[in-house]
Amino acid sequence: MANNPRKQQSRGAKSALSPWRQQAESYLNHHRKVARDSAQRLWKSPVASMMTWTVMGVALALPVALMLLLASLEGVSAGWESSARVTAYLNDSVTIEEAQALKAEVADDSRVAEVELIDRDTALEEFRASSGLEDALDYLEGNPLPHTLLVTPSESSRTADGVDMLLTVIEGLDGVERVQVDLGWLQRLNAMTDLLGRAVWALALLLAAAVVLVIGNTVRLAIENRRDEILVAKLVGGTDAFVRRPFLYTGAWFGLGGGVVAWVLLQLSLWWLSGPVERLAGLYRSEFSLNGLSFDGALALIIAAMLLGWLGAWVAVKRHLDDIEPGEIAGG
Amino acid sequence: MIEFRQVTKRYDSDHTALRQVNFGLERGELAFLTGHSGAGKSTLLKLIMVMERPSAGEVIVGGQVLNTLPRRQVPYIRRHIGVVFQNHQLLFDRTVFDNVAMPLEVMGTPARDIGRRVRAALDKVGLLSKEKMNPLQLSGGEQQRVGIARAVVNKPPVLLADEPTGNLDPELSADIMRLFTEFSQVGVTVLIATHDIALINDLGRRTLTLDHGRLVAGVAGGRHG
Repeated sequence: MANNPRKQQSRGAKSALSPWRQQAESYLNHHRKVARDSAQRLWKSPVASMMTWTVMGVALALPVALMLLLASLEGVSAGWESSARVTAYLNDSVTIEEAQALKAEVADDSRVAEVELIDRDTALEEFRASSGLEDALDYLEGNPLPHTLLVTPSESSRTADGVDMLLTVIEGLDGVERVQVDLGWLQRLNAMTDLLGRAVWALALLLAAAVVLVIGNTVRLAIENRRDEILVAKLVGGTDAFVRRPFLYTGAWFGLGGGVVAWVLLQLSLWWLSGPVERLAGLYRSEFSLNGLSFDGALALIIAAMLLGWLGAWVAVKRHLDDIEPGEIAGG
Repeated sequence: MIEFRQVTKRYDSDHTALRQVNFGLERGELAFLTGHSGAGKSTLLKLIMVMERPSAGEVIVGGQVLNTLPRRQVPYIRRHIGVVFQNHQLLFDRTVFDNVAMPLEVMGTPARDIGRRVRAALDKVGLLSKEKMNPLQLSGGEQQRVGIARAVVNKPPVLLADEPTGNLDPELSADIMRLFTEFSQVGVTVLIATHDIALINDLGRRTLTLDHGRLVAGVAGGRHG
């Protein structure tokens, strides 16, 4: 704390300047005392505090839950992307030799990891075996199936764009009738998660603003309740920082409680949802699973909540504390 | 210690609280400030505490011109001015000890020094045995003495009192005046705003009299400079 005016006019004041170490120590002690004191104040009105914590908790848990869901969805699409394969159907007129030449040509491309040629007879056999339409197939005059190339993209090309490029190249080859890739729904999912991601961020911003306002309002009430104390503190020479400090700590403690409540809510809903999600994923033979918050994530959530609480308190303090000036005290 | 040079305080265009007030108080001087109600007594005190700023003229406390003092420096000035109010402004959510400790806490005094100095101040006003009580449990005179202990606990060079004996019977008033006299004897500049003419006459000290914002008596007596 600055001491310059004290130096200039310490004629009457006998108090010697403490060494700065001692000052720093008492400054820290004061922080500790204020932090403890404001925590105790919250503790003394448990119902009101719990309500504020819950409001904060819900407001924070909602966007975080959506973000976790998104992260899980992205995990799914990443898993599928790695298994994406391009299927190239060749013209009916292409002979098996020409098909083998095409296979060699495609395999030379650096973006291609592996090419498999399925000739029309094998394809018919497989179809016969897997479709259960044996009898119906017997009625067909010839083999209606073309030769097919199954192209697996190399590691580096397994992105939506990479696969797209490869698709164009293969499509341009002579003898290729039609190219199919099972990426369509994947791209739609990607687009959807992108959109959802943005929506979640917008929601998160709105809810963060709501949290700041809720804490701001709560702290405003706390300021009103402690008006006398603020007046006296300002009268006896408390700096603005000194007067603000307990309220900023109050905001941070509200944030801490809100963050913890949010975490508990998340864990509870995760536990509640995990059974059904597993069953659903099992039905789709999917690896999909809802991921909870990691330890780091939980810590980040709580720290972010404390920062929001602190920010809310700051807004209230800025708006209301400076208005309280001891001018009206002295009567007579 | 306190000096007013041609100080004028105008609130609105038609309301002038102080008009060209000139006076000076030396270190260790005890003076009364009197006048009818609305004469400008509390305005004068507020100017010293930098709760108000003069419209014209200069207010100097401890060699520092307060007119141009930046807002953030105001708290440091207030740490050198003890104030006693008629309604004492004590906080009833904490003990007598904690009330008296406030000026030390805002200064960041180490905890061990706080205990020592608070007890010294309470001892001075004769309330050492009541440090753990709530101010509500005390009588009016005792509350006023707690207010005085708080005003002097950090040994300010200036002590202001606004109607400090307003609600007290003559005996208690005399007690409190004796305390103020003792402070002035150890070098504290004391300025007491009061209506209580008997009190003023008893002590026979310098009296600044305000009348409609003008200082009509007590200008002399302070050696300017």
